[in-house]
Amino acid sequence: MFKILNKKVLHENILQFTLEAPLIARKAEPGQFVVLRVNEYGERVPLTIADFNREKGTIDIIFMVIGASTTVLASLNEGDSILDLVGPLGKKTDIRPDMGTVVCIGGGIGVAPIYPIARKMKQVGNHVITIMGAKNKDILILKDEMEKISDEVIVTTDDGSYGIKGFVTTALQQLIDKGIDIAEVVAIGPVIMMKTVADTTRPYNIKTIVSLNPIMVDGTGMCGGCRVQVGDETKFACVDGPEFDGHLVDFVNLMERQRMYRPKEEIEKDHICRLAKKVEEMEEK
Amino acid sequence: MPLVMQKHEMPEQDANVRRNNFDEVALGYTEELALAEANRCLHCKVPHCRKGCPVDIDIPAFIAKIKEGDFEGANAKIKEASSLPAICGRVCPQENQCEKYCVMGIKGEPVGIGRLERFVADYCMQNCEEKIEKTVKDDAQKVAIIGSGPAGLACAGDLAKKGYQVTIFEALHTAGGVLSYGIPEFRLPKDKVVKPEIDNLRKMGVKIEVNSVVGKLFTVDELMQEFNFDAVFIATGAGLPHFMNIPGENLNGVYSSNEFLTRCNLMKAYRFPEYATPINVGKKVAVVGGGNVAMDSARTALRLGAEKVYIVYRRSEKELPARREEVEHAKQEGIEFKLLNNPVAILGDEKGYVKAIRCIKMELGEPDASGRRRPVEIPNSEFDIDVDTVVIAIGQGPNPLIQSTTPDMQTNKRGNIIADEETGKTTKEGVFAGGDIVTGAATVILAMGAGKKAAKAIDEYLIEKRNK
Ligand SMILES: Cc1cc2nc3c(=O)[nH]c(=O)nc-3n(C[C@H](O)[C@H](O)[C@H](O)COP(=O)(O)OP(=O)(O)OC[C@H]3O[C@@H](n4cnc5c(N)ncnc54)[C@H](O)[C@@H]3O)c2cc1C
Ligand SMILES: Cc1cc2nc3c(=O)[nH]c(=O)nc-3n(C[C@H](O)[C@H](O)[C@H](O)COP(=O)(O)OP(=O)(O)OC[C@H]3O[C@@H](n4cnc5c(N)ncnc54)[C@H](O)[C@@H]3O)c2cc1C
Ligand code: SF4
Ligand code: SF4
Ligand code: FES
Ligand SMILES: [Mg+2]
Repeated sequence: MFKILNKKVLHENILQFTLEAPLIARKAEPGQFVVLRVNEYGERVPLTIADFNREKGTIDIIFMVIGASTTVLASLNEGDSILDLVGPLGKKTDIRPDMGTVVCIGGGIGVAPIYPIARKMKQVGNHVITIMGAKNKDILILKDEMEKISDEVIVTTDDGSYGIKGFVTTALQQLIDKGIDIAEVVAIGPVIMMKTVADTTRPYNIKTIVSLNPIMVDGTGMCGGCRVQVGDETKFACVDGPEFDGHLVDFVNLMERQRMYRPKEEIEKDHICRLAKKVEEMEEK
Repeated sequence: MPLVMQKHEMPEQDANVRRNNFDEVALGYTEELALAEANRCLHCKVPHCRKGCPVDIDIPAFIAKIKEGDFEGANAKIKEASSLPAICGRVCPQENQCEKYCVMGIKGEPVGIGRLERFVADYCMQNCEEKIEKTVKDDAQKVAIIGSGPAGLACAGDLAKKGYQVTIFEALHTAGGVLSYGIPEFRLPKDKVVKPEIDNLRKMGVKIEVNSVVGKLFTVDELMQEFNFDAVFIATGAGLPHFMNIPGENLNGVYSSNEFLTRCNLMKAYRFPEYATPINVGKKVAVVGGGNVAMDSARTALRLGAEKVYIVYRRSEKELPARREEVEHAKQEGIEFKLLNNPVAILGDEKGYVKAIRCIKMELGEPDASGRRRPVEIPNSEFDIDVDTVVIAIGQGPNPLIQSTTPDMQTNKRGNIIADEETGKTTKEGVFAGGDIVTGAATVILAMGAGKKAAKAIDEYLIEKRNK
């Protein structure tokens, strides 16, 4: 059992949990993830390690409530425990000193996983420009934290309610146009965002790393459900990634695969909501 | 008494009923049937059956106990050699092992050794108070076992009996290896058969740490140096799914057998939405392959509601590597065998879902290195089968995680760990390995046997270490 030490609401449907997991914290590196199962009935849910503290023996996860499993997870409170938690999984981000200027791009909930990467990029001596994108200013998460660890932070919002009006690629194109010598771009966010980032940098041959989130089960290379097409090779995202060269990824296949269970996911969400209602009714009586 | 030449049938669920449920197919002998079957054994002076059993169970001796009605004694006799009789009695390919050599098989059918073994184990699980005591001593040397399949479980049991402090590290959230995530409920009931075996180990004092991926959470070196384990046994199985590398394999609806069976068995997708993990089956399913894994996948698909399930296999019926019994069961349940066919592509619709599998017809040519006749394509014989789901069950390889984080331990070119057959010794001091990770995908009993051999060698190694 893994205890929730702290629960923070970052936005109405974005939550941050601090979990007691000393062994995982001991080994965690930026870019890696965990797989958790809330209870006996639960799915195995992959979530990025958004932060870790080796001394305190904790890891943080930040997640968006979108379906059944994240709804159940969100219903837990400080002091409650999660049944299963396994990690750290996946390869760590390739971070070296003296890479030069690195642009870290986080879109939506993708800001969470980009945070530890940007922090380490900076710690080892690189110049870090962070681009954060959100629909509007209300759902901008981790802005203060990002400012603390980046040399420069650029915010874009779809509706212009904060920062540059537009997408993360609007800001990225501006940096390129300014002639900034970008050594590498690391982009994490919705697949369509990662795709447009890769399309933006491709003509300039700027190395672009993206973190892929196909549907996973075990997270250890056993099922092959997480396979993605990278160049002419099929890779298992959980063990070969989750980070890959964005210029080689078949994003269209990834998006199709992510939709594989949509109808079933609706049924499951319904089931969970009905269960929750039943519990509420019983409590009222 | 006249000799009964036929094996006594084991009662089983009717095919038309069982294809709609996940309950066990074979129901096991009653006491009467077990006694009658035991009476067929001739108690040969030189019991050839034993040479077919990889762990050398004293078969005539345990059958003699059954004849006396001493089922508990029979169980004890089996347990001298095997730790998991309820499991092996169910899933051993007996027709290629013990029963293959039984003299009764020369003129008639061999004695149903596996069925008797299963009967005895089930009887004792239900009726005997098997008192299991803690045997692990808190000041004994420590052994880490990586992987909780039959190899790991058997090794853990034998070492715990000797008093060692044993900890099993398992990557998944449930112990058992293939017994839990691979072999389906209808062939090997989890709560009735697998779980009690694992609970018994816990009672002996074995610690089981699930959710622990060695190579990620800690390396083998860290286990030995930082966590003070005196020896390590690696039993991580053959868990890496092979694909065919044909066009369309990344379409929605194409599963590896590992994923398909894991979703169903481990995650209980057959009880969706009560259990949250979904699985897509659709109306028509093609399973590619001809082994036990393919039969299990096909029969699982049927039980998940598929109307039509095909087995697509590139050789002929004779070469099917699956157990005879499983093939028969699959046929009875209505699975259609498309033999001498090989998939060349999977076709999808505009949304990225499978709509058909394209196969080419094959014929058998000259024997290949394995002695089986090599299948050759018949030119221009391609045809399509409409399906919604394709399950690829063509075999598994070793997961490279541990090997790649343990550079001073040697592997062969297929990625299997190199270990001595008799002792499980690897090229790294204090590290042993056995089961599918060494041999490649094999059988439960062979994995269990490897675990027992390694336990013996580890004991010897630790005695030597103590006395140094
Ligand atoms: C390596 C990795 C890291 C991730 N990190 C984060 C993170 O830090 N924060 C965050 O909010 N989300 C993250 N995700 C996505 C997260 O796993 C899904 O949002 C979650 O599983 C949805 O579950 P659900 O039951 O609530 O929703 P559902 O309604 O079941 O699913 C909604 C959508 O989420 C995706 N999804 C569903 N099940 C899975 C699964 N088992 N694996 C992956 N994707 C799935 C599908 O595209 C699906 O359509 C990550 C995914 C991966 C693979
Ligand atoms: C579907 C199916 C049906 C089968 N049917 C039969 C049958 O009828 N009869 C028969 O005799 N055999 C059958 N087999 C084969 C048999 O199950 C295997 O040969 C046997 O289970 C091998 O045992 P093992 O202990 O070596 O490995 P496994 O049973 O594979 O167990 C290995 C365990 O190690 C864990 N692991 C892997 N890597 C790590 C890591 N890095 N850290 C921690 N843990 C790790 C895995 O999660 C797994 O639990 C079948 C196999 C399958 C897949
Ligand atoms: S363990 Fe398997 S091979 Fe040995 S006697 Fe039992 S069924 Fe036969
Ligand atoms: S060979 Fe057959 S008949 Fe002879 S002892 Fe073995 S099981 Fe009995
Ligand atoms: S999630 Fe199963 S192999 Fe990657
Ligand atoms: Mg879900």
